[in-house]
Amino acid sequence: MRLGVLFSGGKDSTLALNYASEKEEVACLITIASENKESYMFHTPNIEITSLQAQALGLPQITKITKGEKEKELVDLSDAIAYAKKEYQIEGVVTGAIESVYQAERVQRICYHLGLWCFNPLWKHDQKALLMKLLEKKFKVIISGVFAYPLDEKWLGKQINTKLIDRLLELQQKYGLSPSGEGGEIETTVLDAPMFKSKIEITEFSIEAQGNCGLFKIEQARLVPK
Amino acid sequence: MILIIDMNWKNDALGFYEFVLPIAAIAEKMDECTIKHYLEVTSHDLKQCNSIILSGTALKDTTTLSQPDKFTWLKETEKPVLGICAGMETIAVAYGMQLIKCLEIGMTNIISLKDNPLFSTDYKAYSLHSYCVEPTQDFEVWAKSSKCAQAIKHKNKKIYGILFHPEVRNQEIIKRFIEIR
Repeated sequence: MRLGVLFSGGKDSTLALNYASEKEEVACLITIASENKESYMFHTPNIEITSLQAQALGLPQITKITKGEKEKELVDLSDAIAYAKKEYQIEGVVTGAIESVYQAERVQRICYHLGLWCFNPLWKHDQKALLMKLLEKKFKVIISGVFAYPLDEKWLGKQINTKLIDRLLELQQKYGLSPSGEGGEIETTVLDAPMFKSKIEITEFSIEAQGNCGLFKIEQARLVPK
Repeated sequence: MILIIDMNWKNDALGFYEFVLPIAAIAEKMDECTIKHYLEVTSHDLKQCNSIILSGTALKDTTTLSQPDKFTWLKETEKPVLGICAGMETIAVAYGMQLIKCLEIGMTNIISLKDNPLFSTDYKAYSLHSYCVEPTQDFEVWAKSSKCAQAIKHKNKKIYGILFHPEVRNQEIIKRFIEIR
């Protein structure tokens, strides 16, 4: 089955891509670049880096820019998926949804109306187990955004490792923070993963942070051999 | 032992992660579980287990509905069986019920119709189905949505069907089913 993966460049969509590529044929990536930083549907930090990730993966990418207005952004998503169906003959769509019924429901509806299968391979999985799976599969993932107390700029650019996962789990216990960032607490960017034919090296970055909100912006990056 | 039957269109399908593992994660906390694809279930598996759960599938996956010959055991077993979504639809086909096109995606209001051991009050549940069932006289309807029957039980057997996905919201329904022996 030929599949298109909704791809934001973060850990969840990349892990979903990994699972999908182990079972079926991934034909293309579908990326929605939202101009609204508080989009209900789409991860935003470092969305520009997805083109480099697509190169590293050796996969074609469809990118659609949306203003990110609630519900109207779904029309843009639907258009992008419809284009993927026409251009790459996809039969189904894969998402990295874990807990969000809001996201899952909307993608399911779009797929239904376009006559496509819809898969959410991380759906309802234990968040700690998913974080550990990233390490087991040797993903290199950095924190590229923080948006909740008590996270701050010290977290930005940090690589996800056992120590960082333990710290996130402590914060889950203490403050109810979702360790996977399901509530939008953290955003991530994947620099390397098993399917990457080359890895991403950041050559220039900047940090924008205020209190418990911050972004690690990748200004320049390149592909280097693994 | 709980036998969880993977109802996806093929063994080792991508839908396994989404429709089988979340059920297993709930069930494994209560009892030992064995997961088998529906094409690989043996009479030994059916005999060994204490209860059976039939998983759901992707919205477009209606494969089991055209294979009633693979589920003749559903009319013979005396073990408690819980069919979730496509699992319930498969039970319906095995018991000669009619399937009707009926789309529900997302959070749905469920109206409880009868006191029962799986749930009590009205609640919201996550739906993902394109068919519903027309229960025969052998089955009673325990809950409905504005569109269709959402929970059914055989009048004389421990055969249960839930059309929504309790593994997504309302996980206690699966736990209570497992407690029925």
